[in-house]
Amino acid sequence: MGTVFVNDVEIECGPQDNLILAARKAGVEIPHYCWHPDLSVVASCRMCLVEVGEKKPDGTVVMQPRLIPGCQTLAKPGTVIRTDSDKVKASQAQTLEYLLLNHPLDCSICDQAGECYLQDYTFKFGNAHSRLQEPKVQREDKYHIGEQIALFTDRCVMCTRCVRFTREISGTSELHVISRGSVEEIEVFPDQPCNNKLAGNVVDLCPVGALCSKDFLYKKRVWWLKSQDSVCNLCSTGCSVHVDQNENKLYRLRPRENDQAQGSFMCDEGRFGWKYIHRDARLLAPRLGRLSHAPASANEHAHAANGNGNGHAPTALSAALPVDMPTDLATLDPWPAALEATRTAIVQAMGKDGHKFVAIFSPMMTIEEAYMLAKFLRSGSVKPTLALGPVPVIGEDDRYPKNHRGEAPALEATKFTIAAEKCPNRRGVEMVLKHFQGELISFDKVLERVERGDVTGAYVVGGYTYPETGYDQQAMTALSKLPTLIVQDLLRSPLTEAATILLASSSFAEREGTFINQAGLAQLIRAAIRPLGECRADGRLLFELAGRKGVFNSAAIRREMATEIFSLSALGSGELGPLGTFITKQPQPATV
Amino acid sequence: MSETTETTKRTKNVRWVEPPKIGFMEALYLPAIAQGISTTVKHLLAGKSMTRQYPEVEPEIPPNYRGVHRLNRDEKGRVKCVACFLCQTACPANCITIEATGTSKDDPNWNDRDKYPASFVIDELRCIYCGMCEEACPVDAIELTSIYDLTGMTREQMIFDKEKLLSVYDETVGSGNDPVRTKRGVLSPASEKAPESAGAPLPPGRGQLGG
Repeated sequence: MGTVFVNDVEIECGPQDNLILAARKAGVEIPHYCWHPDLSVVASCRMCLVEVGEKKPDGTVVMQPRLIPGCQTLAKPGTVIRTDSDKVKASQAQTLEYLLLNHPLDCSICDQAGECYLQDYTFKFGNAHSRLQEPKVQREDKYHIGEQIALFTDRCVMCTRCVRFTREISGTSELHVISRGSVEEIEVFPDQPCNNKLAGNVVDLCPVGALCSKDFLYKKRVWWLKSQDSVCNLCSTGCSVHVDQNENKLYRLRPRENDQAQGSFMCDEGRFGWKYIHRDARLLAPRLGRLSHAPASANEHAHAANGNGNGHAPTALSAALPVDMPTDLATLDPWPAALEATRTAIVQAMGKDGHKFVAIFSPMMTIEEAYMLAKFLRSGSVKPTLALGPVPVIGEDDRYPKNHRGEAPALEATKFTIAAEKCPNRRGVEMVLKHFQGELISFDKVLERVERGDVTGAYVVGGYTYPETGYDQQAMTALSKLPTLIVQDLLRSPLTEAATILLASSSFAEREGTFINQAGLAQLIRAAIRPLGECRADGRLLFELAGRKGVFNSAAIRREMATEIFSLSALGSGELGPLGTFITKQPQPATV
Repeated sequence: MSETTETTKRTKNVRWVEPPKIGFMEALYLPAIAQGISTTVKHLLAGKSMTRQYPEVEPEIPPNYRGVHRLNRDEKGRVKCVACFLCQTACPANCITIEATGTSKDDPNWNDRDKYPASFVIDELRCIYCGMCEEACPVDAIELTSIYDLTGMTREQMIFDKEKLLSVYDETVGSGNDPVRTKRGVLSPASEKAPESAGAPLPPGRGQLGG
């Protein structure tokens, strides 16, 4: 703690703040390439050189004669930082001129253009021209760096952020620097490309256009992307992300810095795991009635659903139309009829005591959705059974940085975790179910009852998106035989084909609601795109199914839940903030 | 307050002019009619027609005229456009739609380039011919030619794709009416390699002292 002076502005800074962070608190930008808050300091780019001095107790200021790298210097009480003197400005312009010496200036074909720190800093601190008379050094692009990574060698400024990332965060050490001086390059060892599960982060870390994502390469200019803050739904770590879209189409996910959740990074499974949203297997409209040509065995059906030219695989549109609905009505909104039919079917199937009706919740649901469905089903005098669907767990938690043998680090040294639990909200849905039923009924028990013939109707929520998770073949075969099967899902499967009522729901990018991750952090997902086709965001679907009046608003539902469910009372204000809210009080991290 | 000042300003700037009084001869209007007829007869007898004989005789169009677009070719005959999307970004009428694609390093025809447009479509009906696209283009790939008489039987015919725009280039190049913008000369580094020999002209931003 202490007072520092940034361009004569007096501010308080933290004990571990370097000059860049201290200046940032005063609203002054110190340009930097190599420094990143989560990586070690190398002070190699020389972009953050500033004038540093000290204010003596008698009020005199003594400045050091040479420029000091701001990233490497901790701010002490009485530190004086000057970033606007002629000396500093000249240094910044010269550094940029050096960095751009062999830069090809191919902004027009560079994917980074628009979010490039070379562009931004040149505009703010640099010169508009180069004094180089000799031809520029031209170097080969490297597409072999990784499955998802391309290196445009001549755009690199050798900040080595990527190299330090693979050494310090992923621990896999694939990237390194070869040669010296003006022929320095980033490289991998022969036949050992950078394909670790966190590799995509080096693209975000690269402050220039040297490392590009092959997946996103040339797909869209970044200035057209509109970004929405959301949360990745592929594991229970719940990484904060930016969802970048344009014209209702997703283009990429980027990690959003959130120290409460995951830090500054995200894994490649999440980064590239959103492709199902625009896949052909998406269900695009509700449907009434079981598909008549549904093949008997789930195995055969899975083949048909994969669409390998198996003639009778229904197209999205024909599968979308209710079977008993005249075609001319298909252009109308199919939802009122579908929801009315769902309500009738539920009442009929529940019968007198509701014992023969089960609702299977999915850990992919938000807590608002789980709450609205549970409340709707348990509000009457008849109480059906509520159960939690399969919780996909693949392997063990994958913790980083790995050591040189590829072993996971000690728990307290972990910098990033890919959770084994491949769903975002098991904890939240369990809380809702416990509140409404007192106990948690596992999916296995329900499945046993279904197979015994003890159940006649089910409301099944899917939404599983991770490959090979969700309902397995045994479960699908058993559920498919039920006389009443209401399925709320987004991807086509034998289960959705067998549904007597199919409610086409939405992916995490089209919904609004709250996920509670494994650490108990409640974070908001926001709708980045509108639901595709005729499918409907789950929140709105369940809001209307429950016959609630008005428009679905997740904050209002959260306030309602907080008054009703004690374990969720931390969400009482309805607002979660950009970084989320812990549902239980967290021990404060000890201040260093 | 502001209204008064405005009124004062307006009255201050107004100069009142008395209309000239009409005399007897002028009130007859006959001299003026005679004068007018004599001008008509003079032109009639001069034998010099002022009518433009269009379309038999086409007008001469100045080279900075902004007509139909063309997509230029590079020295290898490929489309010069590098698919940077700046024209599409600059276009105020949203008439340009580009789809970019990367090149393959194994393709000998393309291995010196990174990116080019897989599709480049201009809706000529939507275009307002403002010329912002050619101003935005960093490689002088898109230009407006002096073709002004663009017609079509259907709307679809007026939506020009990449091949059509390249064929406009083939038709107009070297016709003596190339757009003046082409003569700007050197291209930016994105489209051409840096000159190896000392004698070659330097592209902007390379080896030139700015200012």
